[in-house]
Amino acid sequence: MEFCEFSEVEKQMLKEVAGLYAVPEGAYNFRVNGKSVSRKSSSNIDVNIVDGGLVINVKPGTKNESVHIPVVLSKTGLKETVKNTFNIGENTDVVIIAGCGIYNCGENNSEHNGVHILNVGKNAKVKYVEKHYGTGGGGGARILNPTTNAYIEEGAEVEMDLEQIKGVDSTIRKTTANVGKNAKLIIRERLMTHGRQTAESIIETTLAGENSAADIVSRAVAQDLSRQKFNSHIVGEGKCRGHSECDAIIMDKAQVLAEPALDAKSIDAELVHEAAIGKIAGEQIIKLETLGLTKAEAESLIINGFLK
Amino acid sequence: MLKIDKVSYKGILKGVGFDVFDNELVVITGPNGSGKSTLAKCIMGINKISSGKILFGKKDISKESITERAKLGVSFAFQQPVKIKGVTVRDLLISAGTNKPEKYLKMVGLVPEEYLERELSNTLSGGELKRIEIASILARDAKLMIFDEPEAGIDLWSFNDLVDVFKKIKKDHTIIIISHQERIIKLADRVLVLENGQVSRECTADEFLEEVK
Repeated sequence: MEFCEFSEVEKQMLKEVAGLYAVPEGAYNFRVNGKSVSRKSSSNIDVNIVDGGLVINVKPGTKNESVHIPVVLSKTGLKETVKNTFNIGENTDVVIIAGCGIYNCGENNSEHNGVHILNVGKNAKVKYVEKHYGTGGGGGARILNPTTNAYIEEGAEVEMDLEQIKGVDSTIRKTTANVGKNAKLIIRERLMTHGRQTAESIIETTLAGENSAADIVSRAVAQDLSRQKFNSHIVGEGKCRGHSECDAIIMDKAQVLAEPALDAKSIDAELVHEAAIGKIAGEQIIKLETLGLTKAEAESLIINGFLK
Repeated sequence: MLKIDKVSYKGILKGVGFDVFDNELVVITGPNGSGKSTLAKCIMGINKISSGKILFGKKDISKESITERAKLGVSFAFQQPVKIKGVTVRDLLISAGTNKPEKYLKMVGLVPEEYLERELSNTLSGGELKRIEIASILARDAKLMIFDEPEAGIDLWSFNDLVDVFKKIKKDHTIIIISHQERIIKLADRVLVLENGQVSRECTADEFLEEVK
């Protein structure tokens, strides 16, 4: 399928979740309304479909390549669950652009449940980008429930950039990671909810290997009557370093619950968590007003910057 | 440029009155608790005055919002800089109205490459935040610049830079500085002493410094 054959709504979704204006370089799979509509492997990245889900194999030593696997739901009432597996070879350096956009203009709920398994080989470096977006004026809910399980082998590094800024009515995102010797996990999560949306983020990290490390930062903005829950659990099994931070701006009549937990199973485990929830301070707005911004402009600058 | 006419505020200011003329540098000094910062915040609109008038140009701005006063050309550097997580130094300076934020960081002795993308948060020291606060006012390049104790919280090296900045900009800006520092007072065209919510004395810098010796 050529890019120009996508509907305008689908193009809009692809732009929002994967920054695509055309078919990308390298390997890719476009999944639209429950079907793979366009797929390509590269010489180093093999994209296959097995039991309806993707199996993506990245050859050892592959450097500076990317694979795009955006998902678009534009039919109301569609509910799907898909499992994708990534086998990342040793000594690679790759970027995975995942992401899902839902356009729902009908009265029935649309739901995507994506399960991603990342098997990351020794000394590999992976950047995993996942952006979620919803739009459409119907009464049906837009529901996204991603699960990502990462198995990070010795010396590897996985950086996850997770973003859900707009239009998703309900989400439960679950991320687990098992981090091996000298390996590292970095997570940067940004969540915004408004209206009556709900979002729950569960991040479970096991620092299994000696000198393993994790740095998890979640930033969230909850507006209107929305509800958010952040649950980060780091287990340190040996000599390791783990840091978890939840920073949330709460507005209007929203609710934010942060439940960070640390579990050190060794005296050599160094684990830290920070959680801060608060409104935008009046003095912050005033400072920006003294520069000529209106209150709305000041709030927007703070929120957009906070979630950048 | 600015006329403060019998301004009172919650018993802290008691009928304060004075004028500030175009391209004049006025230092307001006085004992702690005399109402200096309160007065500056009244001019910016952060504090709403109980009675009296504030005229900017010929316009009565007494009831204007902070934003409106800023748009008219009033600017104010806080004594205690405000931390704003999520807002970078670049965001702040661009919001102040410049498309050359680097220039204003250099003016306050900061290396732009090291600071532009940093957030106004705990990652910056008090002294760094203070210099950035001053840079934001320089970047506004407003008709009236008010600095509330610009020397507070910065080191001597930075203070020397700051004095040089004021020397440079005083030629073609109208400036009010709240300060107790002799080197800043020496820059003043006029010194106003605020005591117990009123202007108790108005004199030249030399006269003031001679009196307090």
